[in-house]
Amino acid sequence: MNQPLLELQKLSLSYHTMEGEVAALSDITFSVHEGEFVAVVGPSGCGKSTILNLICGLLPIEKGDIYFRGERLAKGSPLNIGYMLQKDHLFEWRTVYKNILLGLEIRHMKTAEHLARADALIEQYGLSAFRDSRPSQLSGGMRQRAALIRTLVLDPDLMLLDEPFSALDYQTRLSVADDIGTILRSSGKTAVLVTHDISEAVSMADRVIVLTPRPARVQSIIPISLSLGDAPRTPMASRNAPDFKTYFNLIWKELHTDA
Amino acid sequence: MRESALQEQYRKQQKRRKYRTHFLRLSLFAAFLAAWELSARTGLIDSFIFSSPSQIAATCVNLTLEEGLFTHIGITLYETIVSFLLVLAVGIGSAVLLWLFPGAAKVCEPYLVILNSLPKSALAPLLIVWLGANTTTIIVSGMSVAVFGSIMNLYTGFTEIDRDKLTLIYTLGGKKRHALFKVVLPGSIPLILSVLKVNIGLCLVGVIIGEFIGARKGLGYIIIYASQVFKLPWLIASIIILCVIAVLLYSLLNLLEKCYAKKH
Repeated sequence: MNQPLLELQKLSLSYHTMEGEVAALSDITFSVHEGEFVAVVGPSGCGKSTILNLICGLLPIEKGDIYFRGERLAKGSPLNIGYMLQKDHLFEWRTVYKNILLGLEIRHMKTAEHLARADALIEQYGLSAFRDSRPSQLSGGMRQRAALIRTLVLDPDLMLLDEPFSALDYQTRLSVADDIGTILRSSGKTAVLVTHDISEAVSMADRVIVLTPRPARVQSIIPISLSLGDAPRTPMASRNAPDFKTYFNLIWKELHTDA
Repeated sequence: MRESALQEQYRKQQKRRKYRTHFLRLSLFAAFLAAWELSARTGLIDSFIFSSPSQIAATCVNLTLEEGLFTHIGITLYETIVSFLLVLAVGIGSAVLLWLFPGAAKVCEPYLVILNSLPKSALAPLLIVWLGANTTTIIVSGMSVAVFGSIMNLYTGFTEIDRDKLTLIYTLGGKKRHALFKVVLPGSIPLILSVLKVNIGLCLVGVIIGEFIGARKGLGYIIIYASQVFKLPWLIASIIILCVIAVLLYSLLNLLEKCYAKKH
């Protein structure tokens, strides 16, 4: 197989407080290939989000290495990574359109070409009518879409999703996950999704990486291959696949094994 | 769209309540004035000490014609507004610096607390000696009352901005200055507006304190002068004018805040 887009090798990290040192990650090793959708599941507070923070450089690497396209990441490596947080964090003092341009503004990339791209995405994902609205006028699902477009206009090489649906109610959550999953898949983006929701992981990912409780280690890596027939692989279709439950149970078991 | 009868009734009732409140407010004021005037005329209270509404109205006219009342009002207003604007600039500037350098903020914190809780009227005599009996002193006196509290409130507000919003900026490749200009400042506008509303009153207090001890003009000067020569109608008239100024300045800022809220 060709070189992975992202490789984590023996990544370890501890949090330091006056009360002492808390080991958060221990020897995390996995890789993500171009175009792949990987989900990381683990019990709450096991340090899943920490992994994403390390990948995109919000936290300094303490021990171990991260390789991006074969190159070792060091502090300040210029990476084009899109990051979706739990909440959409659309700014109420900007219109939806201005929110979407936030990344371009920060990176001084408001060129005609990029603005056209933003317009195309807004059009494509049905937000044209809300261009000049305030975020509060949008539904939860629309807001997450706007947040997604905000990252997609930067054409990231890798998308990191940090429980991006957990702030939504169950109904919205299902449809937004379906929505975002389909968009990411159709645009061929490589993505790493962190979640504590097993069914969300199975429905969206090509592979699921199961972590142990703190300090998190990789418990197992489970490739997902659902029998969907001819149907396209959308999160909603995946949930209806006959072997969905099998994967769910398998991951459930892995999460509750004391290794 | 036609409204249902109940909705219409509800709306009418709310409107009636609103008018009633306005009416009662005005009646209270009128009753107070009437009682004051009457008791002064019938000798129930000593009109030399307590004056009376009619006397005060006459005084206002006199002051305007003979003492240039509007010059005094103008000077007090000018000093208040200048010190208010300076507090705004110094307050935001310092709070931004503290936000940019959290280490320095930790070091400065106890000093800010002490300066803020110090009764500022105690500073005025010192300011006169240091800066002289002039407009600058009075403006500084006005600032001294509001500035430390503003810095503390704004800095606290800046640090309470959702950490994830800052994370978002960093994940988009932004630096600290982006976090400041794209999140912290625009996100703090409601806070800044509410701090301004408090400040305008505080600046007026500081300016009057300053005028008490180091001025030849302004409402504070009239108050002190009138109390020394026992011209009580002058004194009371000045206080009433101060009330009106305070209310007007506050409503102006209130309007600004409402405009902002409406826009967003």
